[in-house]
Amino acid sequence: MRKIKKQKIYLLALLLPFIMFVIGFEIGPLVAMIKNSFYADNGIQVTINQYITIFKSKFYLQAIQNSLVISLFSAVVSVIIAVIAAYSITKFSQKIQNRILMITNMTSNFEGIPLSFSYIILLGNNGLFTLLFSKIGWDVFADFNLYSWTGLILVYVYFQIPLAVMLIYPSYQGIKKQWKEASSLLGGSTSSFWLHIGIPVLLPSIVGTFSILFANAMGAYATAYALVGSNYNLLSLQIASLVASDVALKPQLGSALGVLLAATMIGAMWFNGRMMRRIRRDLK
Amino acid sequence: MKSSLTIHKVIVGLLVIYLLIPLVGTFLFSIAGKWDHTILPESYTMKWYIELFQDERFYDAFRRTLFLIVMSVGLSVVIMLPTIFIITVYFSKWEGLLQAVAMLPYGIPPIVGAVGLIKVYSDGPIQIAGTPWILIGAYFITILPFMYQGIRNSLRTLNAVQLVDAAELLGATKFQAFRTVVFPNIISGILVSTLLSVALLFSEFAFANLLVGGRFETLQIYLADKLNSSGHLTSAIVITYYSMILLLTGTVLKLTFRNEKYPVVSNKKRILSFFRKQYSHKNTTLEGEK
Repeated sequence: MRKIKKQKIYLLALLLPFIMFVIGFEIGPLVAMIKNSFYADNGIQVTINQYITIFKSKFYLQAIQNSLVISLFSAVVSVIIAVIAAYSITKFSQKIQNRILMITNMTSNFEGIPLSFSYIILLGNNGLFTLLFSKIGWDVFADFNLYSWTGLILVYVYFQIPLAVMLIYPSYQGIKKQWKEASSLLGGSTSSFWLHIGIPVLLPSIVGTFSILFANAMGAYATAYALVGSNYNLLSLQIASLVASDVALKPQLGSALGVLLAATMIGAMWFNGRMMRRIRRDLK
Repeated sequence: MKSSLTIHKVIVGLLVIYLLIPLVGTFLFSIAGKWDHTILPESYTMKWYIELFQDERFYDAFRRTLFLIVMSVGLSVVIMLPTIFIITVYFSKWEGLLQAVAMLPYGIPPIVGAVGLIKVYSDGPIQIAGTPWILIGAYFITILPFMYQGIRNSLRTLNAVQLVDAAELLGATKFQAFRTVVFPNIISGILVSTLLSVALLFSEFAFANLLVGGRFETLQIYLADKLNSSGHLTSAIVITYYSMILLLTGTVLKLTFRNEKYPVVSNKKRILSFFRKQYSHKNTTLEGEK
């Protein structure tokens, strides 16, 4: 009996490095951030002023709003494109399907700084397409500015689409051919099949994908940093400049914004879970 | 029926073109000599690549990135393997807690993680903010969800608990059971999550920029710094960097294809399928309680 106990202590000792890393780099910093967000700028007084500052400041509310809008918008557009594209993909032979998915998987790794750079050389002020189109005389891009909201949306949608396709594609495998046959035998048209059977079956995966994409865009930093620097007011860029820039460090305010960002993301995940459970119950 | 297939061909064609244009454009730009008013470059040259491969800064940045990756992925394997093994085999009541801790980083973006890390390590007893050591810690946590899943799934498909019981019945010690029975059987599973982690860390910019920045120039920081200089040279960096990522993910795909017969697996998709399993699991227990 004593031998077993001794063994357990040895085993527990082997867990120590893991516990140290988790406390030191995961739980510890999170707790420190939450605690820090309740301090005044001098780091001594305990106060909720940082949150009041945020909710009274037009500037920070704007940052939050911009981040929410760009995340919602890019997630909605990408999900719609992915639902259509993934359906089209299922129409091909298995071999071609695998090839196409290979391409989406490949391009899903193309994000952050390299992606922004790629868009800059294609569509930036002196970009290939920008120059080419202006020489040909197409003025579709005449008013286009990559370093703006439209540009950001364009790049965000680009890095969301491959991910969305990969997440939604498998759920089409769940829609059986026999269901379509049964539906048409009972007199249903193609549109009524999709309306009453197809889309409800896909819905959990659409909602799940949507919240993943939303969270993905909310937390995105590198892409926006490379593209607009500090010229555009986004939550992630503001947090970065408050905690790690050369001017005007306000770590307490940055912590409060960080808490809000984390809360939004956890909210998205929670919503995802709730929706899934609800939709599943409806199905039964 | 045939006309409807045309529509799908058009849709998929557009998707593929849309996805590949930035890559193809960057690649052409990196080998272009003169290119300003034609659809394709007027002349081709390798001089940007030659220039890049003669740049000491590029090699230094590459070496630093490699150092960070080897350290954090290595540490992760060395620490996570025994941890997950011990908890699944001997302390199974803590499995839920381990899972929660291991999956939490997935919900926290680096930008949020960095805020707390800067706070903890810029003053106080351990001042490592601005040094590569803080990055190794941060990266350990970044790859935690992937390493955890890879190792746990391998242990599960192997029935590690029963195997260890059997080995111990036959007189092996715990360490022997782990080293000779469990470890050889899960290497390939770990290899996949290791390579995924390497690819993930290769493209990590947020932590590197916020925690250390120019004081320890990694590949991504170097790239971000070069954004405003010669476009051709930067294209060459992007293409070189992306080829490395492709090589890594290509190997991952091959390995997973061989092991699991799932041709397409990405980091994020793995995570989603994990969440799905969680929910369905929760559902069944809820219904069981009713």
